[in-house]
Amino acid sequence: MKKLLLCLISIILLFSILVLSAPATNKPPEKGEQLPVINLPIPKNSDERNYLGLSGTGLFKIPQIKSKVVIIEIFSMYCPYCQKDAPGVNELYRLIENNADIKDKIKLIGLGAGNSSYEVGVYKNNYSVPFPLFPDKDFEIHKACGEVRTPYFIVVKINEDGTHQIVHSQLGNYPGAQPFLEIVLKASGIK
Amino acid sequence: MEKKNLSILILAIGILLVLVAVPIAFAISDAYKGNIYQMGTLKPVDSVLKVKTGQTAPDFVLPSVSGEKVSLNQFRGKKNVVISFVPAAWTPVCSDQWPGYNIAKDIFTQNDAILLGITVDNIPTLFAWTNQMGQLWFPVLSDFWPHGAVAQRYGVLRSNGVSERALFVIDKKGIIRYIDVHDINKRPPLEDLAGALEKLKK
Repeated sequence: MKKLLLCLISIILLFSILVLSAPATNKPPEKGEQLPVINLPIPKNSDERNYLGLSGTGLFKIPQIKSKVVIIEIFSMYCPYCQKDAPGVNELYRLIENNADIKDKIKLIGLGAGNSSYEVGVYKNNYSVPFPLFPDKDFEIHKACGEVRTPYFIVVKINEDGTHQIVHSQLGNYPGAQPFLEIVLKASGIK
Repeated sequence: MEKKNLSILILAIGILLVLVAVPIAFAISDAYKGNIYQMGTLKPVDSVLKVKTGQTAPDFVLPSVSGEKVSLNQFRGKKNVVISFVPAAWTPVCSDQWPGYNIAKDIFTQNDAILLGITVDNIPTLFAWTNQMGQLWFPVLSDFWPHGAVAQRYGVLRSNGVSERALFVIDKKGIIRYIDVHDINKRPPLEDLAGALEKLKK
C-alpha cells in the first residue's frame, strides 16, 4: 500500500511540475518569436487550398503555407469588434489580391477561437469572408497563443529555409486595410 | 485509514486533471476591455427545471431595454420563440453569446422564430452592457423585479440569484419543444440551437 501511495504522490508531483511549466507557452505571441505549434486541417475547398499553396489532405503548419508572409487573425464569431472589423479585413485581402507585386507574397487566414465549424461558417457567410477560416472549437490554439483577446493579429515572416518569425502582433485597434497593409509591408521587409 | 488516504489522493488527482483538461470559454472579445468580471469556474447547473418539453410554456410580461413590455403570449400563433436566459451582464461567456446570435439572425428568421434575451439584471445595467454588443435585432428583457420571477417559474434560477445559461424553444402553439440548461461555464454551440429550430418544421 505504501508503494502505491508513493507512486500516486509521484504522479501528482510530476503533473504539478508539468502544469506549473505551462505558462511558458501561455503568453501572447510577440515580435521576434516563433509561432506556437499550430496544426490546421488542409482545406477541403480547392480554391482555399490553392490560395495557401497546399495539396492533399491531413494537417499542415502555418509556415508550410506557400508565401513570404502570413497574416493571422484570431477572431470569434461571438466578438463584436471582430464583427465590426470584418469588412475592413476583407478589404485587406482584396488590396493584396489586386496587387500583382504582393499577391503571391502575403496570405491571410483566420482562426476562430472557441468557434465550431458551423459557427465559423456563420461568420464566413455573414461577412462573405474571402480568405480561409479555421475553427478552434476547444480553444486549443487560443490557449497556445496566450488566450489573447480578439481580434488579435499576428504577422509571420516565412524564410526560404522554412524557418519563420513573428514580425508584428497587435490586439485590436485595426486601423483599416491600407494602413494595416503598410504595417505588414514594413514589418516584413517586403517594402 | 490507508483506504481513506488513497481515496483522497485519487480525488485530488481527479480534480487536478479536470482543472487542467477542461477548456473554459472566456469572454474574449476586446470590445469589453477590462470590464468583464471573472467568475471562475462555477457549478455547471444549480437549479431544478420546473417545466419540460411538451408542456405549455408559462407566460410572462417583462420590460425590455428599448422601453416596451414584451409578453410571451404576444407571439402565440405568429412566431416560434427562442428564450435565451444568460446568467448576468458583464460576466464571461454571457458577454459573447448574444453578439453571436446577433449575426445569426437568418437562422431564426428562416425558422420563423424570434429571440428573447433575458437576464435578472435591471434595465440600466442591461442598457450599458448591450450597448457594447452593437445594435441587437432582438428584444432584451429584464427579469429583475420581482427578482428572477420568470427564471424561477421555469426552474432556472440559481441559488445565488442569477439564472442558468438556458435555451428554450417554444413553438407557435406555445408548447416547449427544446430545453438546454447548459453548463453555465460554457457557451451552447449554435448548431444545437439551429438543429432544434429546424426540427420545428417536421
